[in-house]
Amino acid sequence: MINEEELLKIENIKRKYPDSKAALMPVLYLFQEKYGFISVDSIKEISQLLNISEVDIKGVVSFYEMFHEKPKGKYIVQVCTNISCMLCNSENILKAVEKKLGIKCGETTKDNLFTLEEVECLGSCGTAPVISINNRYYENMTEEKINSLFDNLK
Amino acid sequence: MEKLILPDIKGLQSISVYEGIGGYTAIKKALKMTPNEIIDEVKKSNLRGRGGACFPTGLKWSFMPQNTDKPKYLCVNGDESEPASFKDRQIFEFNPHQLIEGTLIAAYALGVKISYIYIRGEYLSWIEMLQKAIDEAYEKNYIGKNIFNSNFSTDIYIHRGAGAYICGEESSLMNSIEGLRPYPRNKPPFPAQNGLWGCPTTINNVETITNIPVIINKGGEWFSKIGAEKHPGTLLYGVSGNVNKPGVYELPTGTLLTDIIYKYAGGVKGDKKIKMIIPGGTSMPPIRGDEIENLKMDAESLKSVGSAIGTAGIVVIDETVDIIKILTRITKFYWHESCGQCTPCREGTGWMLKILERIERGEGVSSDLDLLVEIANNIEGNTVCALGDAAAWPVKFTIKKFRKEIEERIYKSC
Repeated sequence: MINEEELLKIENIKRKYPDSKAALMPVLYLFQEKYGFISVDSIKEISQLLNISEVDIKGVVSFYEMFHEKPKGKYIVQVCTNISCMLCNSENILKAVEKKLGIKCGETTKDNLFTLEEVECLGSCGTAPVISINNRYYENMTEEKINSLFDNLK
Repeated sequence: MEKLILPDIKGLQSISVYEGIGGYTAIKKALKMTPNEIIDEVKKSNLRGRGGACFPTGLKWSFMPQNTDKPKYLCVNGDESEPASFKDRQIFEFNPHQLIEGTLIAAYALGVKISYIYIRGEYLSWIEMLQKAIDEAYEKNYIGKNIFNSNFSTDIYIHRGAGAYICGEESSLMNSIEGLRPYPRNKPPFPAQNGLWGCPTTINNVETITNIPVIINKGGEWFSKIGAEKHPGTLLYGVSGNVNKPGVYELPTGTLLTDIIYKYAGGVKGDKKIKMIIPGGTSMPPIRGDEIENLKMDAESLKSVGSAIGTAGIVVIDETVDIIKILTRITKFYWHESCGQCTPCREGTGWMLKILERIERGEGVSSDLDLLVEIANNIEGNTVCALGDAAAWPVKFTIKKFRKEIEERIYKSC
């Protein structure tokens, strides 16, 4: 359940739109930040808060890459492999991250610390290759930089 | 050459520095003009949309109905998800107040009370940067009720996307804001008649809107004389791939492609030859290395080599790169991002990807290229939105331009 402070936040979000249904995406972000993922219970709660049917919320959550219905690691590590990064060695960056974390793409480390994903263009083509960790960008990545990057996170 | 969008001034993110170089004078000037005078000035400038379609901005604005009881909306499109495009984030980071000022002028000209700046969800850092600038402008009452002591009130809100390329398509973007599953809508009706919540809506790209304060301050005629005659102004050329100095370079439209690559982006890494250039994001038809001499970068000039300016995100690909590997990766993107609403796009992108992966593995057969072109032709023009075309063009035109090389690759592995 969300608390009063969060309820106030949701009221403020609703004010930005003429129809409170439009508050859905920001409210989903709020729930995801709190619980780490969008659970069935959260969908029920949001359904009541915004007067949107559960199935419509599910339709939105499942559409977007950045909303997840299952828990992920504390750090979501994303390696871009689209062409500008590909031309700047992203394949080897991805391999080096896999080796460092001991997992393959799509997997989460046993301690639930890291989830590794291969992603589409992040808009860092001029500073390729890029790794994003919880939506913070680490640009001009090299295989040498990977060790220190992850050691600093634990 | 004067930079209109990203001037070399440190600390421009702060409102005081921006005002120090004449920031927020264009909106004050605009508030003394009538909305029609502003639209006329933008028409005179010949400014064309910077999101890829190059549609004349003034004309688009004139589609908004003037006598309506319905509220009107402006969406500023910063979804920036076309691969190889990374220009709008420079504006959020280095000149956010000019974007805000442009949004205010557009809102006033169009009679808009709420503007939404839609930014891709991954750009969290840039959302925070822009929000900081918006907060500063609210504090000074440059946004909000009776701005600059006028009788005009308007709000600006950021709407954060959540990782879907399709939301850069204008009707999908509106459904995304409304909280719906963001499938693109059929057109007509067009957004100016039936946009957000069924109300008149205009959607402009971030870079387009950032040009507006300059046009108001210096005049449409002044602007229309910069760069290429039919596509005036500057562009934020984003250069990436096999170059020594990748990055965003603001230069006039019509700048020679070879100048952008060799004078600004430091030339090709290792002095290799260029095999292929993608001139404006991955959906634009590619250009062969032997076609770039004297080629100017503007909407009209690129037609001569069968391509288009798109987002001006230029990918330089050297002679050692496998064309099939590039094309397979591009096609994988469009397959992944197809929203699934239209069968030709949903199924066709997957079929093209399977065939390309087969060729990449060395298992291609000679009939594969005709098959790919046939599938691409059956996607193109047969979908609700332009994602289908965006997926079909790279396949169709890469085969057209590099057929011999691809055939040799297939033949060798037979």
